[in-house]
Amino acid sequence: MEFKTLLKSAAIVALSAGFASAQDDSILAVDGDVIKTRAAAPAFAENLDTVYSGWHFRSGETQSLQMDDFENPAFVFVDQGIDLFDKVEGSEGKACASCHEDVADFVGLRPTLPRVENGELVTMENLVNECRTERMGAEPWKYTGGQMTAVTALIGLQSRGMSINVAVDGDVAPFFEQGKDLYYQRVGQLDMACSNCHEDNYGVMIRADHLSQGQINGFPTYRLKNAKLNSAHARFKGCMSNIRATPFKVGGDEFKALELYLAARGNGLSVETPSVRN
Amino acid sequence: MRNIFTIAAVSVLSVTSAVAETAPSNVAFEDGYVMASLSGSAGDAAAGRKTFMNRKLGNCLACHTNDDMPEQQFHGEVGPPLTGVGDRWEEAELRGIVVNAKMMFEGTIMPAFYIDSGYERPLKKFDGKSILTAQQVEDVVAYLLTLKD
Ligand code: HEC
Ligand code: HEC
Ligand code: HEC
Repeated sequence: MEFKTLLKSAAIVALSAGFASAQDDSILAVDGDVIKTRAAAPAFAENLDTVYSGWHFRSGETQSLQMDDFENPAFVFVDQGIDLFDKVEGSEGKACASCHEDVADFVGLRPTLPRVENGELVTMENLVNECRTERMGAEPWKYTGGQMTAVTALIGLQSRGMSINVAVDGDVAPFFEQGKDLYYQRVGQLDMACSNCHEDNYGVMIRADHLSQGQINGFPTYRLKNAKLNSAHARFKGCMSNIRATPFKVGGDEFKALELYLAARGNGLSVETPSVRN
Repeated sequence: MRNIFTIAAVSVLSVTSAVAETAPSNVAFEDGYVMASLSGSAGDAAAGRKTFMNRKLGNCLACHTNDDMPEQQFHGEVGPPLTGVGDRWEEAELRGIVVNAKMMFEGTIMPAFYIDSGYERPLKKFDGKSILTAQQVEDVVAYLLTLKD
């Protein structure tokens, strides 16, 4: 009896902690540099006032891992990215570094992706693989694989702290509309849309998980759950499977459009790459 | 000899389901109410309690808190607390909510637990299936009716 009461009050404490925390007021600074983890929502996101990075919804412990690059487990993979960047591969006998002398030259790229080139929506992964196949004579990397995430994390890191600023109009508009439709489309046996969880219910607990807005300013993201870097498309795939929906193809048109739309919902947040989540 | 037994058992089963069980597409709603038992038999509240917390079945705790389950560490907050829900709703209403909550709460995030069509792009292994069986719905309803303030 006593035991049961104890358990019960523990559960209530846990619950009220969940309620109180919604999104916390902490400030993310990495080695002294402040990263913008909240911003006024872009005008098109009419159901939101403020956009918050997923960082705000994680536990203090997880948050602090991201505040020091020596503690951030993602940096093991960023180091692998540095090695890959220098590695000669393919029929042309070149490494990335043969042409891109300093990876720091990629500063400013991450906040603008995905973007449209010649009528096609292009992601960071597409750009990297284009150099591999067209310029190095090498095999493309697997879209969500470890080599790809290592290098996209390295390139993304060069823009850490810069504001996301993807274009949404002009020739991007049709892709933006497609992404928006997918965001609000209910799918799966559970018949839910991304918006049902990440727009209507962010800040509340869904069983053991604290729902965030599903922002992608921190990708690729290190997850404690699988102890590796995860690309945005891998995350989309996971969320779709959880609602028992057949995921779209990673690297395919639907996920690219969804990535664009989500990136734009985070316009104004800082690039946080490589972030840490659970 | 063994074969005969198997055949007998199978035909008993199919007779039972043909007579008594209401298929998901045949459930009759009246203003969100579903009057008759879906399985034709009474629900088992103890089994319903298990279905309620099971992450692969009801997983009701994903979205609802429930004071009757202090042994479960994580209770979600997406929907209202279900403590005392047996006082607030009648059996036929609860059955309607569990079968297809969208009939009672328009546009709700709560999944319909007893439909086998009308959703898009299901994973193959769930295609044409409902989340819960008729009996599991009855069990959960019986359990909800025990949740009194
Ligand atoms: C043979 C030379 C060459 C090699 C090797 C090469 N690239 Fe490129 N890369 C280019 C050129 C040329 C461009 C287009 C430059 C431009 O449009 O400014 C480019 C563009 C890019 C871009 C887009 C930059 C932007 O601002 O739009 C990225 C990202 C990139 N490369 C990454 C890589 C990576 C990663 C590797 C190794 C896997 C690599 N590249 C290998 C020549 C190369
Ligand atoms: C049933 C609720 C649910 C639905 C529906 C859902 N997600 Fe998620 N999603 C989660 C949970 C839980 C997490 C982990 C905690 C968090 O960040 O919200 C998550 C995490 C994410 C993240 C990682 C955020 C970060 O900060 O790293 C992204 C991105 C994401 N979801 C995108 C999507 C997209 C795109 C869809 C629609 C295809 C979707 N989700 C549908 C529950 C959901
Ligand atoms: C994805 C979240 C979600 C899941 C899973 C879920 N529900 Fe709900 N439920 C809700 C929401 C939200 C409401 C409030 C109705 C609305 O949308 O306005 C609700 C309402 C209810 C109500 C009415 C409560 C009241 O007091 O008014 C009952 C009863 C109920 N749910 C039972 C269940 C049962 C039983 C299960 C598991 C078989 C379940 N729910 C699973 C989200 C959920």
